[in-house]
Amino acid sequence: MGELSSIWRESSHRYRLVGHKCGNCGTVYFPPRDICIKCHRESIGKISECNLSGKGEIVSFTIVHDVPPAFARQRPYAMALIKLEEGPILTAQIVDSDMDEIEIGRKVSAVFRRIREDGKSGLIQYGYKFVLDG
Amino acid sequence: MRSSRRKSFLVRTLTDVYIVGSGETKYGELWEKSLRELAVEAGLKAVEDAGIYSKDIQILYGSSSLAGSINGQNDIGSLIADFSGLASSNIPALRIEASSASGAAAVREAYLAVRSGEYDVAMVGGVEKMTDIYGSETLDLIGTTLDREWEWFMGATPAAMAAMTARKYMKDFKVEKESLAMVSVNDHENASKNPNAHFRNRLTLEGAMGATMIADPLNMMDCSPMSDGASAIVLASDRYVKAHKLDGVKIVSSGISQDYLALHSRESFYRLNSTAIAGRTALSKAGIKASDVSFLELHDSYSIYALIELEDLGFAEKGQANQLVGDDIKLNGSIPVNPSGGLKAKGNPMGATGIGQFVEAYLQFMGKADGRQVKSPKYGMLHNMAGTGSTSLVHIVGGA
Ligand SMILES: [Zn+2]
Repeated sequence: MGELSSIWRESSHRYRLVGHKCGNCGTVYFPPRDICIKCHRESIGKISECNLSGKGEIVSFTIVHDVPPAFARQRPYAMALIKLEEGPILTAQIVDSDMDEIEIGRKVSAVFRRIREDGKSGLIQYGYKFVLDG
Repeated sequence: MRSSRRKSFLVRTLTDVYIVGSGETKYGELWEKSLRELAVEAGLKAVEDAGIYSKDIQILYGSSSLAGSINGQNDIGSLIADFSGLASSNIPALRIEASSASGAAAVREAYLAVRSGEYDVAMVGGVEKMTDIYGSETLDLIGTTLDREWEWFMGATPAAMAAMTARKYMKDFKVEKESLAMVSVNDHENASKNPNAHFRNRLTLEGAMGATMIADPLNMMDCSPMSDGASAIVLASDRYVKAHKLDGVKIVSSGISQDYLALHSRESFYRLNSTAIAGRTALSKAGIKASDVSFLELHDSYSIYALIELEDLGFAEKGQANQLVGDDIKLNGSIPVNPSGGLKAKGNPMGATGIGQFVEAYLQFMGKADGRQVKSPKYGMLHNMAGTGSTSLVHIVGGA
């Protein structure tokens, strides 16, 4: 489905958890945005990249049992909405953790992992997942 | 003289719009029927039901969410027009796409086309053929209703997103899982009286609670199925209805709104802003209150959404829709929900689903809903939604 080019385009944000920051009001965005949703045109030309700590907290989560083909070998896996300490909320997997210990409010940290594999093309894609803090 | 002329020029001449006919295939796994056969079957039934001829149709809107991906077929508008015998009429025929809200979005475009006075008769047909590929591949494609790069890429599915909403909602408002299951039990009860429904079996609360897990806490009985099916309606202007002495059900108002594409960008994970705004718009344009509504068709692609929609559409305070799912939402309750059987049990052929809600409303107001007839309905409210709430449409019908 023509995923290849878009995957490479976003790879730096996904590999290094790089967000965007509005130079006008200071709001941090992840996933990155090219215009600030608060400042609109005042933010044009004032958006810069910013590194995120990868520290966050679980807002909600689920254990996914019915999975798409690219995730067949990971079934079942945990997905979560994670609020980063810089403010943005993102959607990511929780890995390397006891699923019974996943709870709303638990602190998590980002790790770099294999995300998915496309069985047809053999393409393996990497990016951020999260682990429960000890 | 001059001023009065000017004044008359400024008067908006909007016409009332009526549903004058409906047609529908059975929803379900229809191995023996192709995409085009389904679309044409529904379309021809609607034309026949309206008592008009195909050549009377002046504009056509087709709706499909996944035909380009699953069946490799785009330009559904032309497909429906052509194989309904309309190609030689050379009428405008377009496909409208808004993921799982495509159906109501197509109806809205047709409604506006007739309401503006530009056209007198419009046909809207929606179709989806979802069982032509393996279920896991279809799951991949219904992921197109999400943010492809920042949700789906990471392993999220539509059920997973609904599940995360459900978990937070249940925790914050201390709502039990049984309240979600009762939405599906009600859908199945109503669908048992709908011959076109995908599932016509009754569902017990125990059965709903004990089904195979899909995305914890949502199990298979919280999730709408992948259905094949097609629905169609014919719309006509007030003057056309009167000139041809047709029976019709009025589309009183139409509301549409949009929200962030990805759930993680929204300020709340259990407040559907697009639904709330579309609902308020539709009610205010109709000049009525939520309490004037006699029945609801809700986009319950996942059971949790029915609870949240009841709240955001003004039928319950936030976190309190569980008080309605016992008796109030039943056919004979204070606010019947999904007399058709809803997305869970009537089925969810995505591009047809929103149009199917209009088919149900038409049957209800014409007194043709048989065993699932709502008693003397005054207004019906129809709610169709894209993905996790990125686009919502709310229509008010009836009001005769
Ligand atoms: Zn800003």
